[in-house]
Amino acid sequence: MGDRLFAHLLAAMAGGVLVITAAMLAALTVGAWPAIRKFGPAFFASSAWDPVAGDFGALPFIYGTLVSSAVALGLAVPLGLGVAIFLSELAPGWLRRPVGFLVELLAAIPSVVYGLWGIFVLVPWVRATLSPPLKATLGFLPLFEGPPLGIGMLTAGLILAIMVVPFIIAVSTEVMRAVPTSQREAALSLGATVWETTRAAVIPYARSGIVGAIFLALARALGETMAVTMVVGNVPQIRASLFAPAYTISAVIANEFAEATDVHLAALIYAGLVLFLVTLTVNILARLLVARAGRGPGLIRE
Amino acid sequence: MPDTTQAGVAVTADAAVLIDHAAGIEAQDVHAWFDRLHVLRGVFMTIAPRRVTAIIGPSGCGKSTFLRCLNRMHELVPGARSSGRVLMDGDDIYAPGVDPVQVRRRVGMVFQKPNPFPTMSIYDNAAAGLRLAGERDRRVLDETVERSLRAAALWDEVKDRLGRPGTSLSGGQQQRLCIARALAVSPEVLLMDEPASALDPAATLRIEELARELARQLTIVIVTHNMQQAARVSDVTGFILDGELVEVGTTDQIFTRPRDRRTEDYITGRFG
Repeated sequence: MGDRLFAHLLAAMAGGVLVITAAMLAALTVGAWPAIRKFGPAFFASSAWDPVAGDFGALPFIYGTLVSSAVALGLAVPLGLGVAIFLSELAPGWLRRPVGFLVELLAAIPSVVYGLWGIFVLVPWVRATLSPPLKATLGFLPLFEGPPLGIGMLTAGLILAIMVVPFIIAVSTEVMRAVPTSQREAALSLGATVWETTRAAVIPYARSGIVGAIFLALARALGETMAVTMVVGNVPQIRASLFAPAYTISAVIANEFAEATDVHLAALIYAGLVLFLVTLTVNILARLLVARAGRGPGLIRE
Repeated sequence: MPDTTQAGVAVTADAAVLIDHAAGIEAQDVHAWFDRLHVLRGVFMTIAPRRVTAIIGPSGCGKSTFLRCLNRMHELVPGARSSGRVLMDGDDIYAPGVDPVQVRRRVGMVFQKPNPFPTMSIYDNAAAGLRLAGERDRRVLDETVERSLRAAALWDEVKDRLGRPGTSLSGGQQQRLCIARALAVSPEVLLMDEPASALDPAATLRIEELARELARQLTIVIVTHNMQQAARVSDVTGFILDGELVEVGTTDQIFTRPRDRRTEDYITGRFG
């Protein structure tokens, strides 16, 4: 009897999560309805953002969200995996604990603090120290065209990288620590070096967990608002150059929500719905990837 | 098993191609510690090539640690230390300048629980050591994989499903896959750390037969807490108690005429 009650209670709680998700989706759709009716799927392809004329399109925001997150992951994944491998495979126990603690601390800093630090430290550093050599060596690429203002896509990507790297480190370290010693010993007894053991035994075994860590980081990067808003420049445009200011979905919602009315408001909610869908897609992709990676033999010749 | 003899012959032939040299081992005053715990207290032991040498003793006596000193695996445990000399064909594997990675290429090891790489296929498991050593030639890989799977008496059971994951096999097959993986890099010595303790009796018997077959080509050291197993499989048996080698002799002598009182007590089941 007690068990049945307990089971029902837990089922209700689990069901509650689904209800909340569905309710959010419904509320977003209802709120965005005027904009959905007016712009339809063209909203995804249009670059217009004119509150006066009442013409809206989300493309620059989607672009800014995806590109800043991609830059962030491009920087954070190698760094995070490197640190995780060090902590899991190489660092002595007395070092692992304090470093792990600091990493977790890094994850707990409020994003507005990252944003302030971004404005006062990162933006000038990117403008004066990072950009000139990049421009001098790789300036022929469209990626590094135009004047380095400090604010813009590159800085947003950098600050996102710093914000998500603790997630990658913490989760990857955990999953690598969870790899059984017998797996390491199997490789070592074949004459593998520590690096070869990591590559051949540890990382494949922990692969699905590592992919999970990366997608957790990506989900955080896609939705991060405050810090990005403070350094991205907030200009709805699509530029190849990482030096150029950009805009993200969450940033435009945060910036304009208070003053928006009518279609403008509906367009912002529509943008929120788009972000919701983008995050959902990323998560589903992550699930599929993890399932594939977890199966393993799918990647092996038959 | 009607074709045991035939399989046995095949095993020997394939092992003979893989293994071109079997090393003798001479342990001299080997001590080992885990932090301050002194688990091996000066072991002297000669291990002859192309023989099965069993090491028996109650759990916690240091027999596995001794085994792991023979391929420098012991030192990989945080806080673990060792001293003394281990001569392989006369050369000390603990001499300064000796790379433990090179030592482990010469001394294969099979563990208590079968530990095939779960993300790799049967083929890739068997090829893992060669690939680590830099072998890329498909033909060489194919040939060595087949040979080592044959030498581990596993080929006939897996030849039609080499692409399946190594973990799809039964426990006994997984352990033979691990033996194949170790054989593929042509070791001079094969260390077996209670290789059958996680297996059922039939699979245990197959591993024991295999050890006997392989000993025609290869030096085998097997640690076991199972005295019947030691009696069945080995030519020479050493008895370790509390970190000391109490007695070593031919298996026949140890089990029928032990010289030391403690050996007698142990094999007659008075303790341990």
